[in-house]
Amino acid sequence: MKRFIARNAPGYLFLLPWFLGFFLLALGPILASLYLSFTRYDMVNAPRWIGFDNYTYMFTRDRRFWKALEVTFHYVALSVPARLIMALGVAMLLDKGLRSIGVYRAIFYLPSLLGASIAIAILWRQLFDANGVVNQTLGYFGIAGPDWLTNPDTSLYTLVILAMWQFGSPMLIFLAGLRGIPRDLYEAAEIDGTPRWRQFTRITLPLLAPVIFFNLVLQTIEAFKTFSSAFIISNGSGAPADSLLFYTVYLFNEAFKFFRMGYASALAWVLLIIIAVFTAIAFFTSKYWVHYENERD
Amino acid sequence: MELDEATRVAHAFMLKRKQQERNGRLLKHAFLLGVSFIMLYPLFWLLSASLKPENEIFGNLDLWPSTFKFDNYTAGWHALPQSFSVFYVNSAIVTILSVIGNLISCSFAAYAFARLRFTGRNFFFALMMMTLMIPYHVVLIPQYVQFLQLGWVDTYLPLVVPRFLASDTFFIFLMVQFFRQLPRELDEAAMIDGCSPFKIYWAIILPLSLPAMGTAAIFSMIWVWEDFLAPLIYLNDIKSYTVPLALRLFLDQEGQSAYGQMFAMSVLSLVPVVLFFLLFQKFIVRGIATSGMK
Repeated sequence: MKRFIARNAPGYLFLLPWFLGFFLLALGPILASLYLSFTRYDMVNAPRWIGFDNYTYMFTRDRRFWKALEVTFHYVALSVPARLIMALGVAMLLDKGLRSIGVYRAIFYLPSLLGASIAIAILWRQLFDANGVVNQTLGYFGIAGPDWLTNPDTSLYTLVILAMWQFGSPMLIFLAGLRGIPRDLYEAAEIDGTPRWRQFTRITLPLLAPVIFFNLVLQTIEAFKTFSSAFIISNGSGAPADSLLFYTVYLFNEAFKFFRMGYASALAWVLLIIIAVFTAIAFFTSKYWVHYENERD
Repeated sequence: MELDEATRVAHAFMLKRKQQERNGRLLKHAFLLGVSFIMLYPLFWLLSASLKPENEIFGNLDLWPSTFKFDNYTAGWHALPQSFSVFYVNSAIVTILSVIGNLISCSFAAYAFARLRFTGRNFFFALMMMTLMIPYHVVLIPQYVQFLQLGWVDTYLPLVVPRFLASDTFFIFLMVQFFRQLPRELDEAAMIDGCSPFKIYWAIILPLSLPAMGTAAIFSMIWVWEDFLAPLIYLNDIKSYTVPLALRLFLDQEGQSAYGQMFAMSVLSLVPVVLFFLLFQKFIVRGIATSGMK
């Protein structure tokens, strides 16, 4: 026993802050949130156990829940591929023999750092204003742009474009991945007269698969968690006509505007499960399309 | 004779290819410049709108204001019930404390995971990695209830204390990656010399890990500075607002007349981030490439 303590004490001591954080700020709250999801709780009265009522209400009668899911999935399905394609395309352009790569890299990455800030969300509202920069530019080409933010058919696209604008970090990860592909593969293909697009599908894509996979998982999780920009651009409500009712915005309003803490906890758990399922699917299917070069080690 | 012909053809081929490559490079540069312009245009527009007289902000695409109106900055600074000096001090307090908390607690945990041996290490490491995936929204409500009962709402404690408990797990992961690359012989030699684990952490691991610590410090500074959700929930009194919350107030009192001021304050709120980016670009780029964060 004494030896056990002596051997383990340093490790546990260094982990002490994390242990506290893990139990008090992660595990505890997750379990508490699970419990609350089976109750009605308004922060004034004690939580009252109502069994599965929150969940049955959510899935059978709550139209806004389904709307929020629809908006969020729509956003994820559009913004993640758009961002990744943009990131990969630019990374490939930057990868081959340009001297000024550092400057471009910096310019393309900057929006990713700024993108989460409220200032940018405010800016985005003005860019897509009926008389904003975007419509002015379109007008220049004789196109009458819609009133992006008050039209439920177009409002989501402003956020997709905001997501595309922030392609910087997957781009940097792709760049690192492209560096790892041996040049002689391309040289050999060149000598054989393999056309460029074929080099792309036969060399770049397969060898980059682990990196693409990594980016895809990360960006999907990120996209599900989008909050600040949607909150600011939709005036905190998901307007117009709930077309910007992101799942997180809905959850926030249920919890901190209407103080339906029990119901909001149930919403939170559904979000957790959705993200877990997506991550799991990605991992389980990865063995069919991701091949790691050093698999044998 | 025939050989000469062959070299001539080869030479011509090489020349043509070089020419093609040069053209390709020019085309690439033109394209990248175009993309750069589109990427930066919104930011330049914001800057220019912050300097324009109100009637010029909308309805023209010119980036150059007819007259530079710096009043937007001076008036904007005092446009809200509290001056922006208060908001900047608040943001600075939260940010500095959070960065310190992140660096200490995350490097402790990372040191334990990367360099120390103890029962259950792999299990706890797996747990830690799992918490990376958990959306903040899931823990938000119970945390709020917890902090409310402690009487911490409307203080900075809910924003700062979790950072001293390594709640930004991401940085643990980042540091573990880095610590693992340092040669083990260093620890072993120090151990033989009778150094305690803390001494090894303090005198060997930390000094060698300045790049990783720098990356973590920069990212946590930027993320905390921009953080919106947690302050939105925990800070109700305008005197304790951070800069992002203050910016949102401009939207609430949306009178047509305040646009210039709102843009001016938006620009100022981005200045620290841009400045950090310009100064520490290398850290940031390397940090992302090696660990693959957001």
